[in-house]
Amino acid sequence: MFKLKCDDFLTYDEESGTYSMSADQKVRDEVEKTRWKEIGLKFLADWRLYLMLVPMLFVYICWRYLPMYELTAVFKDYAIRPSTLPSERSWFGLQNFIELFTASSPFYTSFWQSFRNTFILAFYGLLFGFPLPIILALFFNEIRSNVVRSVVQVCIYLPKFMSIVVISSLMITLLGGNSSNGPLAQLLMDIGGDFFDTQAASGLVNSTYYFRAIYIVSDLWEHVGYDSIVFFAAIIAVSPTSYEAAQIDGAGKMQQMRYVVIPSILSTVVIMLIMKIGSLLNVSYEKVFLFVTQGAGTQRNNYAVGSTVSVWANGLSDQGVAMAGEMLNNLIGMCLVIGSNMVSRKATDVSLY
Amino acid sequence: MKRRMEISELIFKIVAYFFLLIFAVLCVYPFLYAIGASLSSDGALTGGNSIVLIPMVGEGDTLGFGASLKAYEWAFTNTEFWVAYSNTLFMTFFGTIWSLFYSILGAYALSKKRIMGRRGWNFFLVFTMWFSAGVIATYNNYTSTGRVFAAIAGMDPDQWLTSIDGKWLIVIAMGMNATNIILLRNTFEGVPAEIEEAARIDGATEMQVLTKVYIPMSKATIATVALFFGISRWNGYFWAMKVLGTSQEYSWPVQVYLRDFLETYTTIIKPTVEEYDANDWEAIYGSKGFDATPCAYAIVVCSVIPILVIYPFIQKYFAKGVNMGGVKE
Repeated sequence: MFKLKCDDFLTYDEESGTYSMSADQKVRDEVEKTRWKEIGLKFLADWRLYLMLVPMLFVYICWRYLPMYELTAVFKDYAIRPSTLPSERSWFGLQNFIELFTASSPFYTSFWQSFRNTFILAFYGLLFGFPLPIILALFFNEIRSNVVRSVVQVCIYLPKFMSIVVISSLMITLLGGNSSNGPLAQLLMDIGGDFFDTQAASGLVNSTYYFRAIYIVSDLWEHVGYDSIVFFAAIIAVSPTSYEAAQIDGAGKMQQMRYVVIPSILSTVVIMLIMKIGSLLNVSYEKVFLFVTQGAGTQRNNYAVGSTVSVWANGLSDQGVAMAGEMLNNLIGMCLVIGSNMVSRKATDVSLY
Repeated sequence: MKRRMEISELIFKIVAYFFLLIFAVLCVYPFLYAIGASLSSDGALTGGNSIVLIPMVGEGDTLGFGASLKAYEWAFTNTEFWVAYSNTLFMTFFGTIWSLFYSILGAYALSKKRIMGRRGWNFFLVFTMWFSAGVIATYNNYTSTGRVFAAIAGMDPDQWLTSIDGKWLIVIAMGMNATNIILLRNTFEGVPAEIEEAARIDGATEMQVLTKVYIPMSKATIATVALFFGISRWNGYFWAMKVLGTSQEYSWPVQVYLRDFLETYTTIIKPTVEEYDANDWEAIYGSKGFDATPCAYAIVVCSVIPILVIYPFIQKYFAKGVNMGGVKE
């Protein structure tokens, strides 16, 4: 007679030809039952703690995780029933992604252009935005007077806390985005002479030639002071005895910087670098949006070199393709974050998450 | 012992001072420019080529030294601006309270070692920092949650954007920040367990432990986080613009109003018929209307003034907050 291979949890009784639960399994069941009971009791004992989680969970599920559910619409046919929930549409496969990769589709050029822009802006941001705060912190360390230091501090952190609308509007007016000549653009043209003239006819911000430079400089202007805080804190934390030891060994000021300060802030530098690489693709879409569009979303001349993937998606009428592009961009961003974290954990024993 | 300065050190010091001072001036220059331009009198900015730090003289120099308060007069009597301004105050106030409410409760629960699935909850938070659904999906989500809430409240879901007050939508649904929650959680974890135990022996409930022990002991962090939330609420632009759009202009925060004004204003402001009839417009502004550029700057200045005023006092908290922000598991 056929005998089931389940000796582990059942015993076969030859006489009656029936199965019964083995003694081992009874014990295991009992253990399992107690475990669940314990978990239940633990939960009941701390029910207040779990209740405290509820408002946060509500907000995060509603407006952080449900958007990810909305994102499943990217695999579904949008055109059939445009304004219903993703659950009411039929599956569609990877068509939206294929659109992005076929050269004949109408979205191909604009998507890859904005994808490229995202990377270029991010890369320039890293190239200049990373070393400058460190240099600034080293400079900061030279200021011994507390009054000067706090005045300078107040000034250089200021742009970080200003609204992006105010900053972009001021930049656009100063550099002449709406008319041919803002005061700062005028000054640059007076200094630079013919160098700017041809491009500046429609405003410096609008010119495809200078947009990236303007964007990066304004980004630096906004963030460098605030980003230097971390490095400055690391420099202050260097013990005075290290300086003394170096002085006794005959090191001058520059040598102290080379052999004392820089090695001791190196770990902070590495962590911050990894973090920067991790958030490489988080190019601020608000700021880019404000710079490359005008009024009710009409594109400025600099749209071609300025628009990032999010801005591109925002201006697209085909929601499916727009979501596919954004999803691709954000997935790459996520891989960068997780990858840089793993590298950091391996290399420095410090991980951010 | 007085040490002689090396030449290289001296040069470095000079470069450092020079660079920092220049940078500091550059950082405040645009704001000074805005203040100067907003005080300039009628018609002085139309040439627009000069770097205005002191007010420019034109027609109607009311203050005597080239400055004119006419732009502010206009801004203060502009209803749309004040509606937007009060909307922003409303959103900042209630938004900060709401964000703090769920962040503190959540961070407190997550800071407890005994909570089950602690790693899972933390991952739940941190994942939102890694991956975001993107602009389109988030917008669709605001629409569909808006429809659902309208349906729950017994209103027509299709008309949700006209029936639901956009201010409340912004207060409740926007301004999430996982970093702030993690910052709070780390601070709560640093509170000594003995103090909590002592409170529990005295018969404190969970809520009392939080309000009487943890919150008073983490005041500095809570202040920092409140300021982070408050500033991001005050400055919030994109989602308010995207969700409210043109269908709910009366709920616009000041940033949206500001952008709209700056993008659409014509160089001359002329009164509407009602305004013309209602007060002695002609006596104040002249019959042909007046230059709008100082008015635009006056609105800019008004919208940054709350931050400029509180900023010097809170600046040190921000520095502290950044240094505490080391995220750990």
